[in-house]
Amino acid sequence: MAKELIRFENITKSFEGTTVLKSLNLSIHENEFVTLLGPSGCGKTTTLRILGGFEAPDSGRVIFDGEDITSLPPNKRQLNTVFQKYALFTHMSVADNIAFGLKIRGTDKDVIREKIAYSLKLVGLEGYENRSPSSLSGGQQQRIAIARAIVNEPKVLLLDEPLGALDLKLRQGMQYELIRLKEELGITFVYVTHDQEEALTMSDTVVVMNQGIIQQIGTPEDIYNEPQNAFVADFIGESNLLDGIMVHDCLVSIGGLEMPCVDTGFGENNPVDVVIRPEDVELDAGGKGQTHGTVTSIVFKGVHWEIRVESEIGITFLVQTTEHFPVGSNVGISVDPYNIQIMNKPSREDEQVFDQNESAHGENYES
Amino acid sequence: MNRSKSRLLSIPYIIWVIGFTIIPIIFILSKAITDSDGALTLANLLAIFDPIHRKALIMSLSLAFISTVLCILLAFPVAIILRGSHIRKKSIILFILILPMWMNFILRILAMQMLISNNGIINNLLTGLGLAPMKLINTPGAIVLGMVYDYLPYMLLPVLNSVLSIPEDVIEAAKDLGSDKLHVLTRIIIPLSLGGVGSGITMVFVPSMTEFVIANILGGGKIQLLGNIIEQEFTVSMNWNLGSGLSVALMIFVLITSFLFGRNREEASTGIL
Amino acid sequence: MMAKVLQKTYLILIMLFLYAPIAILIVLSFNASRSRVVWGGFTLEWYTSLVNNSTIMNALWTTFGLALLSAFISSVIGLFGAIGIYSMKKRDYKIMLFWTNIPMINADIVTGIALLLWFVRFLPLGFSSVLLAHVTFNLPYVILCILPKLRDMDIYQYEAALDLGAGEAYAFMRILMPQILPGVLSGFLMAVTMSMDDFVITYFTKGAGVNTLSTLIYGEIRKGIKPEMYALSTVLFFIVLVLLILVNLPYDRLHLNLSSKKSDRETT
Repeated sequence: MAKELIRFENITKSFEGTTVLKSLNLSIHENEFVTLLGPSGCGKTTTLRILGGFEAPDSGRVIFDGEDITSLPPNKRQLNTVFQKYALFTHMSVADNIAFGLKIRGTDKDVIREKIAYSLKLVGLEGYENRSPSSLSGGQQQRIAIARAIVNEPKVLLLDEPLGALDLKLRQGMQYELIRLKEELGITFVYVTHDQEEALTMSDTVVVMNQGIIQQIGTPEDIYNEPQNAFVADFIGESNLLDGIMVHDCLVSIGGLEMPCVDTGFGENNPVDVVIRPEDVELDAGGKGQTHGTVTSIVFKGVHWEIRVESEIGITFLVQTTEHFPVGSNVGISVDPYNIQIMNKPSREDEQVFDQNESAHGENYES
Repeated sequence: MNRSKSRLLSIPYIIWVIGFTIIPIIFILSKAITDSDGALTLANLLAIFDPIHRKALIMSLSLAFISTVLCILLAFPVAIILRGSHIRKKSIILFILILPMWMNFILRILAMQMLISNNGIINNLLTGLGLAPMKLINTPGAIVLGMVYDYLPYMLLPVLNSVLSIPEDVIEAAKDLGSDKLHVLTRIIIPLSLGGVGSGITMVFVPSMTEFVIANILGGGKIQLLGNIIEQEFTVSMNWNLGSGLSVALMIFVLITSFLFGRNREEASTGIL
Repeated sequence: MMAKVLQKTYLILIMLFLYAPIAILIVLSFNASRSRVVWGGFTLEWYTSLVNNSTIMNALWTTFGLALLSAFISSVIGLFGAIGIYSMKKRDYKIMLFWTNIPMINADIVTGIALLLWFVRFLPLGFSSVLLAHVTFNLPYVILCILPKLRDMDIYQYEAALDLGAGEAYAFMRILMPQILPGVLSGFLMAVTMSMDDFVITYFTKGAGVNTLSTLIYGEIRKGIKPEMYALSTVLFFIVLVLLILVNLPYDRLHLNLSSKKSDRETT
């Protein structure tokens, strides 16, 4: 694992009485692509703004490269931000925008010119020096904002929902470009988004946040396949989130139906949350399966069909499959034991806090 | 930006407001409630109800009211017509409509006097056509004409701004839901432009209410408005206490209209430049 | 079709109403006869004698000087004032806005009299008292032109500047000032216009001896207006016309473009 570059220590922040961050702990490593993911109001942007120096935490410290930068103003920090709405200087040309930081540092004129050309090439906008930002499309403005930030060779690039204003096709294209840029520059990216697809596509590490609390930290695969609580499971992708009772290790009862699974350590006869991804529910027309059900709706989604099945055990399953089952048909339902994910039920809010503190230092993070 | 430091920047302005807005108001109030010896009295304020003053007040109120209504009636169709025309033309016509404001208003009123005086241009035309000349000047109607003429741009501007800024899709939505032209006008355009009409009303009613120059030129001194009486108290009769008392009474009427129509002159006038 | 004709006729009638008196003034400025109703032939005499009429020229320079000086003073005080007001807490902000509105809501005659009553206590009436009065009624226009610019300021651009290494003062001057400046400029032009246009407040605060064009004209009504005044107002009218075409039209087109662009962009 690379060297630790940034560490948030017990950061708490509230605005006018509303707590936005509750004792947040997080470390970010060199050359890592970290995404803070969560619904609006979860505290992800505040975390980024505290790192950028635009907000001061109520308590806690921000450590950057071994130094405490909690009270350092933004212009003294070795990191640059790509703002949500780009915040390009509308009264300056593209070149003047990019040169802004370099000029403040007193960089030589010829060097500035070279660097502008280089950074524009990097974002694929060669020759745009003399254009005005307002004459550019959203995607191009976005690239200029990135060029303006990276030309200063920051150690960390902060990106606040930078793709939020772009349309779907452009957004997907930019995701690949950001990955390429990160690899070319070899610096750390801290990325904020509410779009789980973006997070899963680009990140080395995803930090899922809700209500000012980190819910889970892990690789995209971890987050998707092994959600640690119902919130993460629900927020990342679609899922069947079911109430179950852990009969004993490796056996869970859902609506009275006992299903084998692979999870251990949840005790005996304890209520748990069970997650089954829609693509992991297997249907068959022959009526074998662990239980049976009737198809109530089927919708074509392009790569697969999305089917709702009303099962005998009183649970409606959401199923994604490439096979077609007509409405009203009787189907068998089965789930592979490996695809059943068991999670503790959060009984109180502080238990959730405990959960994330545990995971912040836990094994998940080290993967 | 450091907000507490930035606040200090307004100190010169605050001093100016105290020195030249608040203190003068205190002065006019104190003059209004004292007599020439400095003793407290309500006589100057209550003088507004003297028969002569009451007559002038009623005349001022009615002429201002008629002028304002006429301005609304004249301005609204212009806005509706412009809304239906093409964008380029709009800005030019808007420009043409407000340009007269930059010609000295006293001169323009004098020109109006030449038009309507007894042997003026209109009456010359009438007699030339073999018609009987009309008695136009020195009537309340002449004053209303002058006020409408002088203040119409102040009504046009906010009304145009608000009518032109109604988004097209709102109107299309109304049509889609079954509105005909009249229904769109009464249920969509007029309600949405009331804000502009409101600021237009303050911008026309307040100055018409307190007018004395137009009344002097087009009323020939025959018709006394409250503005004329106050002016004379200061320039001829030199009874400053009475003048202040009548001014304060007038100010009360002005403030009532301003708060009734809720808008200041800001938005309308900033549209000029 | 009929409706279109009616619409055009209506607009033309309104224009005629607004411009007929102006046309009369322009025609009179070329009228060789001093009479206001008789056409005595074409002349440029009044335009040439205008420059030698010291009363009119004095009033003209007083009007200009007053307008520029009062607009400048109110722009400076107003710019700082607006920034200060913008930074205030909501309650103070509202109080300041209330007092800012007063000279604008109040009738000119009341403002003029109130200032007169106050000025006679400590100041001989003259150019300086009129200047103070003009700054007073200009200030609200300046402040109300600048405040919306402050509100619309893109604070993220300011943060971006800090992020790129700019100090607070540098970021303010380089990033925020260019955004506020159009407001200051239109406030200044607004103030010049209001000052040149004012009659009532000047009339009450000027005392004897000083005259602006408006008060000079008002004073001459009884004696009869000098034809040079028509010539001067014609010249001024065309200067303003040209200036406004230069200032207003490109701005207007820009403005319309911007607003139509805004409604097109749905993604942001």
